[in-house]
Amino acid sequence: MDEKLSRKLRILADAAKYDASCSSSGAPGRKADIDGLGSTTGAGICHAYTPDGRCVSLLKILLTNYCLFDCAYCVNRRSSNVRRAKFSVDEVVTLTVEFYKRNYIEGLFLSSGIIRSPDYTMEQMLLAAKKLRRDHGFRGYIHLKTIPEASPWLIEEAGLWADRLSINLELPTEKSLERLAPEKDGASIEGAMAQMSERIEEARQERRHFSPAGQTTQVIVGADDTTDAQVLRTSAKLYSHYAMKRVYYSAFSPIPDSSAILPLKPPPLMRENRLYQADWLMRYYGFQAEEIAASSDRGMLDLDIDPKLAWALRNRHLFPVDVNRAEREILLRVPGLGARAVDKIVAARRHTTLRLKDVARLTSGLRRAKAFLIAADHHPKAKLDRQDLRERLIEKPQQLSLFA
Amino acid sequence: MNLHRITLRNGADLDGFRRAVRWLMAEELAPQHIVWSLDDAPSLFGGEEVRDAPPVALPRSVARLVELGVCHSDPERYALLYQLVWRVLNGERDLLEIASDPLVHRVDAMARTVRRDLHKMYAFVRFRRMGGENLERFAAWYEPEHFILEASAPFFIDRFRSLDWTILTPIGSMRWDRHALSFGPAARREDAPDEDSFEEGWRGYYESVFNPARVNPAAMRAEMPKKYWRNLPETASIPGLIQTASQRVEIMIEQEATMPTKRTPERALEAMWDQEPKTLEELNAIIAKAGPLVPGATQAVFGEGPKRADIMFVGEQPGDQEDLQGRPFVGPAGKLLDKAMREAGIDRGQAYLTNAVKHFKFEQRGHRRIHAKPTAGEVKHYRPWLMKELELVRPKLVVALGATAVLALTGKSTPISRSRGRARFGTYDGYVTVHPSYLLRLPDEATKREAYEAFLNDLRRIHDLAKADPETGELPLAAE
Repeated sequence: MDEKLSRKLRILADAAKYDASCSSSGAPGRKADIDGLGSTTGAGICHAYTPDGRCVSLLKILLTNYCLFDCAYCVNRRSSNVRRAKFSVDEVVTLTVEFYKRNYIEGLFLSSGIIRSPDYTMEQMLLAAKKLRRDHGFRGYIHLKTIPEASPWLIEEAGLWADRLSINLELPTEKSLERLAPEKDGASIEGAMAQMSERIEEARQERRHFSPAGQTTQVIVGADDTTDAQVLRTSAKLYSHYAMKRVYYSAFSPIPDSSAILPLKPPPLMRENRLYQADWLMRYYGFQAEEIAASSDRGMLDLDIDPKLAWALRNRHLFPVDVNRAEREILLRVPGLGARAVDKIVAARRHTTLRLKDVARLTSGLRRAKAFLIAADHHPKAKLDRQDLRERLIEKPQQLSLFA
Repeated sequence: MNLHRITLRNGADLDGFRRAVRWLMAEELAPQHIVWSLDDAPSLFGGEEVRDAPPVALPRSVARLVELGVCHSDPERYALLYQLVWRVLNGERDLLEIASDPLVHRVDAMARTVRRDLHKMYAFVRFRRMGGENLERFAAWYEPEHFILEASAPFFIDRFRSLDWTILTPIGSMRWDRHALSFGPAARREDAPDEDSFEEGWRGYYESVFNPARVNPAAMRAEMPKKYWRNLPETASIPGLIQTASQRVEIMIEQEATMPTKRTPERALEAMWDQEPKTLEELNAIIAKAGPLVPGATQAVFGEGPKRADIMFVGEQPGDQEDLQGRPFVGPAGKLLDKAMREAGIDRGQAYLTNAVKHFKFEQRGHRRIHAKPTAGEVKHYRPWLMKELELVRPKLVVALGATAVLALTGKSTPISRSRGRARFGTYDGYVTVHPSYLLRLPDEATKREAYEAFLNDLRRIHDLAKADPETGELPLAAE
């Protein structure tokens, strides 16, 4: 691999890393044919982990970090003085294929700064995806960033080559968008999201390929004064209106050469973590955004305990529940019981009566669950009403952030 | 009762275990009477003589658990798996549902470990290209924790079918030569190439995606434990990345917000938004370049007519003739439309004719290409182009011929019977009628004549509506 290409790769990988999305999941199972390369497995594979704990699954790069937009939070905004580079379409294809052959990656995640025009930029990205699929028989994963300002027919085409599409909302409110991302507008972002979600659903019904792994988005946390409750309300809307597969939360992180209108201090990384947990509660545990908001502190999630525990502590009158009798929906609300553990409980209790020791074999969160659960040989009694229950259940502090 | 000794091959001896289970079940030998032992080359005299016996039917989930379980390195694996099989076949068919049962819990954990080991192998094998300019052969050295070499083969074949690759491990090796898989003896690290020309680029990538502001080595090690590091080229960068992280962040935070050194590119910014096609020719070039959504069409069939036509007719999609000639409405339906237009007093030369979908879709039946109706998703795929076409032609009246055209113009599907007549398509006056091909499909002459008359009436009204005063929107009396 020649040195010039290596240098470009360093610049354009560094420029892409603030996108938190890494997943290579959700594509229909594909296998390489006799001349082709690549396959997809349902859950995707993480090929490496960097010392920030994040996984490396796709070759996540920008086509170029030259950009005409001037979004304050972005390291690549046009007024930033970072080093710039641009890949040719063929360089992107070569890197993807050669990295894939060595089993470094699951596929390509291509994004780009806006050069010349949104349409021109989007066309170049599409060309890379098309070349991989057509000229190399590439069956691996392709995630394309959609440029909402591009013409709608380019979005139509993007879905034909990509396994997943995404548009980053980045800022959870229209007001912040106006202030921090002057070239973007909420209406065109939502318009493109709506177009994609409609097309994804139709293609699923008609068994055609259109972004089969759905669409995702990202929201930056801590670059403006939006509360967690507001962020979660925005997410709830994104899930219900546009059938998002996932909303990624990215704690605003200091960037080289940052803009004067940004906050000086990044938010604690735990905030991002708690938002992910709350998001999970909305998608898999039947929680409404408002329920989580109601158990927050003026809209902010408790950083010391997980949001399910925070909710349960404020709703103690609903507990304890009987592990051998309670409905699945109620068991899902018990702190320390994950959805998988609940499914195992429901299956097992059809054949046997569960004691505490049995529950211990089904979940690793028994310490938290105990105070809220009744088992054949266990009743929490007054423990549930203890004033210091929250303090007793606080997790051991972990080293998560340099700034905590 | 005597103890029976069953000896299986070292490694994942699935066949040997299956054969043993059949015999043991046939003989009704309970787990507590069996001793399982392992040998590199089990001989008939090393243990009990296992005789052929009829297969036993296991629930799928149990069979899958056995397949995974035999790969585990635990010497007790066969004993545990046989206990499980014994209980399942002796009255506890749903045993696996009781995940809290100590045995199920243990076997589940074994299977999970093997699955994780497989998953990590899929993730952490690093191929290196072997010597030779023209020969594309790859090899990797890998150290799995359990006996998963054979179980991992389908993944690598599915993924790298067109490559010639070898995976070398301390418990055996395998090679795929683009056609067949073969297994070989245990190998050593030195048997694999010790470098690859892309590794440095990969390390550079790995270093660049690390965010020093989020350093969290414990989370990294949870997913990529140190035991894997020695075979992963990128891990050499880890100590340096962690060491310099805090310093890099301090610099970023202490640094004052900088002033841009370049001027704002005013002209480029202005030009950026000027990206829309401005003529039908430009639009058609874009459509042509995109190619057909469903493969097969000869060419894209564009709209046809004067740029500022009063009436724009929108059909469904080009047919066989249209596809060959590259012009809309030249086949049988087009001929019928021509005739009706003449009779209604509409000059085809003065109208703009186009289709919702720009490519012919068909089913081949012998030599004939039979028209296939576009799906809703396909119609919508072409919709943004149609909307742009409408914007460029800016007709006084848009006529939807048939339900597909209505779907394309409104984005929603409505039956013709309900929407026939005057309509509104966005900011445009519109009119909905049947597609002329519908008239051709009617079975008997009387209905056909009647439907044709109705169609003709629609065209006459369309003709009048298009003459409406552009200023006041007022219609000539005859149209109301």
